[in-house]
Amino acid sequence: MFEANSLAVIFVGLMGLSILLYAILDGFDLGVGILLPLSQKDDSDTMIASIGPFWDANETWLVLAIGLLLIAFPAAHSYIFKELYLPTAVLLISLVLRGVAFDFRAKAAFSHKPTWNKVFKGGSLLAAMSQGYMLGMYVMSFENTLVAYAFSLLSALGVAAAYAYIGACWLIMKTEGALQVQAVGWAKKAGIICFIGVLAVSAVNPLINPDVFAKWFAWPTTLYILPLPIICFALFVYSQMQLKLLPAVNDKGCWRPFVCAVIIFTLCFFGLAFSFFPYIVPGKLTIWETASAPESLSFLLWGVIIVVPVIFSYTVFSYRVFWGKVQELRYH
Amino acid sequence: MLETLMLSRIQFAANISFHILFPTITIALSWFLFFFKVRFDLTGDPVWMRAYRFWVKIFAITFAIGVVTGITMSFQFGTNWPKFMETVGNIAGPLLGYEVLTAFFLEAGFLGIMLFGIKRVSARVHTLSTLIVAIGTTLSAFWILALNSWMHTPQGHEMRDGVAFPVDWLAIIFNPSFPYRLSHMVIASGLTAAFLVAGISAYRLLKGDDKQAPKLTLKIALSVAMFLTPVQIFLGDMHGLNTLEHQPQKIAAMEGIWHTEKGAPLLLFAIPDEKQRTNHFELAIPKMASFILTHDLDGEIKGLNEFEGNHPPVAPVFYAFRIMVGMGMLMLLISWVSRIQLLRNKPLPGWLLKALVAMSFSGWIATLAGWYVTEIGRQPWLVTGILTVEDAATDIAVGNVGLSLVMYLILYVVIMTAYLHTIFTMANRAVEIEEITDDEKVKPVINTPIIPKESNHV
Repeated sequence: MFEANSLAVIFVGLMGLSILLYAILDGFDLGVGILLPLSQKDDSDTMIASIGPFWDANETWLVLAIGLLLIAFPAAHSYIFKELYLPTAVLLISLVLRGVAFDFRAKAAFSHKPTWNKVFKGGSLLAAMSQGYMLGMYVMSFENTLVAYAFSLLSALGVAAAYAYIGACWLIMKTEGALQVQAVGWAKKAGIICFIGVLAVSAVNPLINPDVFAKWFAWPTTLYILPLPIICFALFVYSQMQLKLLPAVNDKGCWRPFVCAVIIFTLCFFGLAFSFFPYIVPGKLTIWETASAPESLSFLLWGVIIVVPVIFSYTVFSYRVFWGKVQELRYH
Repeated sequence: MLETLMLSRIQFAANISFHILFPTITIALSWFLFFFKVRFDLTGDPVWMRAYRFWVKIFAITFAIGVVTGITMSFQFGTNWPKFMETVGNIAGPLLGYEVLTAFFLEAGFLGIMLFGIKRVSARVHTLSTLIVAIGTTLSAFWILALNSWMHTPQGHEMRDGVAFPVDWLAIIFNPSFPYRLSHMVIASGLTAAFLVAGISAYRLLKGDDKQAPKLTLKIALSVAMFLTPVQIFLGDMHGLNTLEHQPQKIAAMEGIWHTEKGAPLLLFAIPDEKQRTNHFELAIPKMASFILTHDLDGEIKGLNEFEGNHPPVAPVFYAFRIMVGMGMLMLLISWVSRIQLLRNKPLPGWLLKALVAMSFSGWIATLAGWYVTEIGRQPWLVTGILTVEDAATDIAVGNVGLSLVMYLILYVVIMTAYLHTIFTMANRAVEIEEITDDEKVKPVINTPIIPKESNHV
């Protein structure tokens, strides 16, 4: 039996980890979807092949994240998704559309392939944007004001750019030749838009939420937290410099932009988490007010302790099996 | 907020009905695939690989639709039924959590290797991946049915200030209706997959496919169906007896018994009239319902009069039950007639093949009808004795629920059309492919990757 207050912290940590892993993993495959060119048929096959074996498992992190919110903080789940009811419906419908498009494009009549490509691209873009919109509304404490909507739309573009950025970095790592060159170009552009988006959110967040402002600018906390934005900024610069060198001889360093993107995602996530903790609904509900019964969370925690390391090991195994440059995807 | 309640109900019913179609196929189809793969590893006969390759593609599409439509569910519990989690979240939460952790990740994690990894891992690892995916899909049925059964027959908890708290997890999971519901659903999945495999194989034969693979899969599917249909009828009967013990009002609605009676007749058909609390146009076998439910021709069965104001709407439960049973009888008939015909070493006549094609998705109809019986039969309760559906509903604006419902319905029509179209397109394409060539007939050595010469064969 674990203690109730620490259980809430453990579960919000697990939920945070799932959200972060989701943003990174489904981020790159949504990003590849966003970048899918509609004209060149061959490239689209290679691009989709690079995410084929992973996307099902990647989306499972979303189910876990939302599941943990529902299980551990049910009142917060119902509060947040009632506020975000329509954007959530749009997110779900776009995820469904791109998921089925992935399979239909390869198996339906060949004449329908371009249509499914469009659905895949559109679904990926809409899914990313609705997630960004939801993030924006969350940061704005679900205010029903024009400013909040405008900020959320900006955030929608920012998240779509961030996913396109990590998706392009994934492609740089997984592909070669002309497609790789193209991916480098995408990564440069998307990286800059993503950087502007991160700046915007970082500026607006403390200005809108006095609690967040107090947290970031309280001496000496500022001193400890300051490396976070500095490293983030340095990584953006470093990654743009690396992108200028690519593609390199022997494909040296093709993995660097992707690793940079992963670290940037992680830092941004920690920044947001730091801003709101211990609130799970900004300014309204804390994790302790909304946590489920300790006997329920303890029962689940035993499962988490046993199962999550196993999940990590076979996820790593799966990525190792499909290591290296992408090959044509075939069902055997 | 009656409108929001009704729309939320329709939306949840639409979402879960559409979602369940696909796992119902994949839970059992994964075991078919495991069987094909093991037979290939053991015999090296390429016809097994042909069967595997054709069905693994259908599995992939079906699985993908199941995954993405399932994500919807994890959002809806909180949005449309907030009181559900507030009241019984301490029970429902961990069961859902275990489903995600042990089942969803397992299946999704190994799916990539199962679908695309055959050239990258050894035959043994690939077969193992197929097995793990099958175990994962079955585990997900285990957890979700544990929760669903608990909602029907809750135990192992205590109520404090109107909120359920867990006391005994084993009692919660292995609640009285769980073993029956789980086995009934798993066999339903077996039958759904069997009739799908049989139906699509029959379709290929009808289209002039003369290869070994469809004939083999037809034979296997019919054997499975022939064996599982009687098992399912037996399990259904057991489940019915269990329901009689714990939810007698559901049985009364299923049988259309308005007043407690001894020697109740089995109604083959009737039109239940909720207003006058009676049936019209009854077609009945005397005393049969009492005999089936109590194993005594004069056994007493409680009628709906004992549960006035606290029993489900009769007509949908009554009709859905008859659709399910009728479909089951049809499955029994078709599978036995076809399998015996094959046993006599005779090819199936055209009409029988056509009947099998028509039955391709009969499992869906029977499964949905069965779910409507049990779920509508639980009304007005969401969790028996603890929470009614009405109390659990959301207060979201009616327009929002209406809008999301319309979007979902359009989406489902599009996906279903594309799904059916794609399956038959794949079957047609498979007809065109030539029979196994001699160089495919190499005995594989276990532990080395098998690289078929032509990868696009089906």
